[in-house]
Amino acid sequence: MYIYDQYDQTIVDERVTQFREQTRRYLAGELADTEFLPLRLQNGLYIQRFAPMLRVAIPYGMASSKQLRKLAEIARKYDKGYVHFSTRQNVQYNWPQLEQVPDILAELATVQMHAIQTSGNCIRNTTTDQFAGVAADEIVDPRPYCEIIRQWSTFHPEFAFLPRKFKIAVNAAKQDRAAALVHDIGLYLVKNEAGEIGFKVIVGGGLGRTPLIGTVIREFLPEQHLLSYLDAVLRVYNRYGRRDNKYKARIKILVKALGTELFSQKVEAEWEHIKDGATTLTQQEINRVTSHFSVPAYEALPATSQQLAQQLADDPNFNHWYQQNVNAHKVPGYSIVTFSLKPTGVAPGDVTDKQLEAAADLADQYSFGEARVSHQQNLVLADVKQNDLYPLWQAAIQHGFATPNIGLLTDIICCPGGDFCALANAKSIPIAEAIQSRFDDLDYLHDIGELDLNISGCMNACGHHHVGHIGILGVDKKGEEFYQVQVGGNAGSDASLGKILGPSFAKEDVPNVIAKLLTVYVSQRTPEERFIDTYRRIGIKPFKEQVYAKAH
Amino acid sequence: MPKLIKNQDIIDDNYQLLETAPAADQPLPEGNLLVPLADWLENQQRYANHQGSVGVWLDSHEEPELLASQVQSLPVIAINFPQFTDGRGYSTGRLLRERFGFLGELRAIGDVLRDQLFYMARCGFNAFAIRADRCIDDALNGLKDFSETYQAAVDQPQPLFRRRMQAE
Repeated sequence: MYIYDQYDQTIVDERVTQFREQTRRYLAGELADTEFLPLRLQNGLYIQRFAPMLRVAIPYGMASSKQLRKLAEIARKYDKGYVHFSTRQNVQYNWPQLEQVPDILAELATVQMHAIQTSGNCIRNTTTDQFAGVAADEIVDPRPYCEIIRQWSTFHPEFAFLPRKFKIAVNAAKQDRAAALVHDIGLYLVKNEAGEIGFKVIVGGGLGRTPLIGTVIREFLPEQHLLSYLDAVLRVYNRYGRRDNKYKARIKILVKALGTELFSQKVEAEWEHIKDGATTLTQQEINRVTSHFSVPAYEALPATSQQLAQQLADDPNFNHWYQQNVNAHKVPGYSIVTFSLKPTGVAPGDVTDKQLEAAADLADQYSFGEARVSHQQNLVLADVKQNDLYPLWQAAIQHGFATPNIGLLTDIICCPGGDFCALANAKSIPIAEAIQSRFDDLDYLHDIGELDLNISGCMNACGHHHVGHIGILGVDKKGEEFYQVQVGGNAGSDASLGKILGPSFAKEDVPNVIAKLLTVYVSQRTPEERFIDTYRRIGIKPFKEQVYAKAH
Repeated sequence: MPKLIKNQDIIDDNYQLLETAPAADQPLPEGNLLVPLADWLENQQRYANHQGSVGVWLDSHEEPELLASQVQSLPVIAINFPQFTDGRGYSTGRLLRERFGFLGELRAIGDVLRDQLFYMARCGFNAFAIRADRCIDDALNGLKDFSETYQAAVDQPQPLFRRRMQAE
């Protein structure tokens, strides 16, 4: 993974000093609340329902075991002994003391971590496919480009006070695991006919109260122009994005207002002026950054392990886990393992300090000391030898990581909701728990198969409910919490937005509603169809009828 | 006389800011003036005859393209930040310096606070009219927040990745 040199370290260290001074001035009354607000947000510091919340960046989801241990130590020392992995490949602390945040940042800086631009109206942490670099269906490793974007966006002087937050996702595989189509900018790494690497540039996607799928503004952008083109897009947005209404300030609204054609003309016109300037990437720089993501010291192994085959045959529980939580690796003899952070009864994405340390140890022992966070809020060990899967699985069981539910109904994406978040209209964690408890039969879950269930506690859609095959949105009706259910959303390369089923439901009805949706699916599906496929074939009507039929 | 940070020093501000266009039938105030963009574009002859220096100020939504060919005739261009969270002025600053080649004083006016100065300076501002209720000496420190930066900008036209290469 990327290792800081003296320049990177200097910038992060100076940031700690700067933020310490800003915090001091705020506490001394020299900075007003409104003045401190954007400064602290650009450092991921919220004032939440009960306490401040600090969001730490995990750039493009990569963390070393050393970094995981530091996160655990901070959780113990400055918080309540756990952390929350968010849907943005970030980590959140829910109970830090404002006064101690500069010290937390100083600790993070010792392991090359920070909280820069994890919130605020600036360019946020760039996200990518959690299987980047090891996926068999990948065109090229997207992580070096993510790191190049990280550096370019860090304290970008022109774009620190944008009309709204700005999120970039990069995907390089055939299957989009980064939800690039629902980002302000989605970048698909592609190769042209000449074999040159470049980007398909998608702009104007996003969730929140006006959910939209992004549109392509450039089919092929040669890689050396990545940063100048981003500069052009951001400059057009910074100058012409709406600032009068925060709900209409995202770039998607500008793209929609101008139309994709006119928007892209503006970008191209801007880019013409700057395209061959000093920001044009050099091959040396691409190579330098790429060298940090070099292939680890893989052993030469046979493509399939006899030992693994035997273990899978002997132990059905292991087999279950293997089917669900292990993915194919591009290197023979290796596998990608996903640790589920979604056991029943735990807030999705929450892990304790002990668990984090255990994950760090397992990463050291089995996966070259590195782990990744997925936007589905799980933890990935990307380079595990097939012969190590069995002992790794046994260790994962001990530490609560082995729930075999990746990609299934109970692998719920869920925001912190009204239990923590000051923005939320409703709680989301108890809904996730009620659904997990109701559907705890593994055979049934496996029978239902791939299903994304996403829950958000408010319109801001941090739980990505619009792109869940089933999406749940907490709404407030005269002080009471209700839940709106959507079906038909999808976050992949064939992204779609869910449709609202009908009137919302009381909290206790939600598991029943899910059960009814599943009944329709099971009775209507063809053998190969996933829930989303059946929905796309038969439409919303049968689901609607089933769910609302008996209510009257 | 009000103070100004200019070229990392605190100096007297010897320009008078006219927030709105002066009446056509009244004489102009004496001394150096900063006048609204639209007024200056419409009444260039009037200002050319003025005894003192005349600069122009742009509001955050006003486009620097309107000045494109004439920037060299101006000693001062000021950009208004109606709120410090309105970031349009950063793009305006870069365009004036990098695209239109403005070499004179580029001044940030309005809601100008210490914690924005570093970014403003990177975008080409070399003068800062700090909000009146704030300590200008303290604000001066805001220019020194970082000793290193990643991107190309007005103050450092070479991005770090090119400088890294040279250093190796």
